[in-house]
Amino acid sequence: MGAVATTAPVEVERPEVGDVTVPDVPWIVIVWNDPINLMSYVTFVFQKLFGYSREKATALMLDVHQKGRAVVSSGTREEAEVDVFRLHEHGLWATMEKDGVGGEGTG
Amino acid sequence: MTFLFRRRFARARDGSYTVRLDEAERRLLAELPTQLASLVEAQPGDPWLQRLFPTAYPKDPDREDEWRLLMSVDLHDRRRAQLATLAETAGATVLTEEQLLGWAQALNDLRLYLGTRLEVSEETELEDFEDEGDGQLFLLYTWLGMLQEETVRALGDSL
Repeated sequence: MGAVATTAPVEVERPEVGDVTVPDVPWIVIVWNDPINLMSYVTFVFQKLFGYSREKATALMLDVHQKGRAVVSSGTREEAEVDVFRLHEHGLWATMEKDGVGGEGTG
Repeated sequence: MTFLFRRRFARARDGSYTVRLDEAERRLLAELPTQLASLVEAQPGDPWLQRLFPTAYPKDPDREDEWRLLMSVDLHDRRRAQLATLAETAGATVLTEEQLLGWAQALNDLRLYLGTRLEVSEETELEDFEDEGDGQLFLLYTWLGMLQEETVRALGDSL
């Protein structure tokens, strides 16, 4: 499954300003609740894709189930795209956005 | 001591998995993935496809277009591969871990298709369906869920 990373987009965004290193605002990956995915399967996917412990994966799954969504990972845009791709590949409903943009809330 | 219930998928010492299913179940598992794969090809734009190929950038249409352009072919390939794994190994009595993972994913794809089409909620029951055909599909959906649950339990032994 590690081969998935090789299918990530080849596009690389280069900063316009060369001298100053501006810390990139991280992107967050959100998984949304849906009535079809099994709770056990969602927990398993979190463990497998992100290497989370069973406890952490279960807590995230319960957040998704009870609050409607949970942030499951964060990083550069490229890293978030890889995570979203792998979550979609496993049938989970995942989106990404820049941290702090906010949005739909927790409904 | 006796076993009250036989696990359908069990991890062996060498890391492979033994599969215990009857012939009718195996026939179904060989046919369903092919049917879904042809639906994915034939009906672009159908609502249930949105669930199998979700939006990555809901707030950014430009990046979403770019994402679709770069990723959708790969995602189609992956989905086709996991459905093919299930169809091709439906008769197998021993699976590798990778194959069983393909089963779990393909079973999930089938459930996403059926569940979206039947508009199931977490509370949906068989009695909710007046149409007999939909009721049959819901029974199929439930059975696939039970199988998937068992694949996940077996795969969990490897984590």
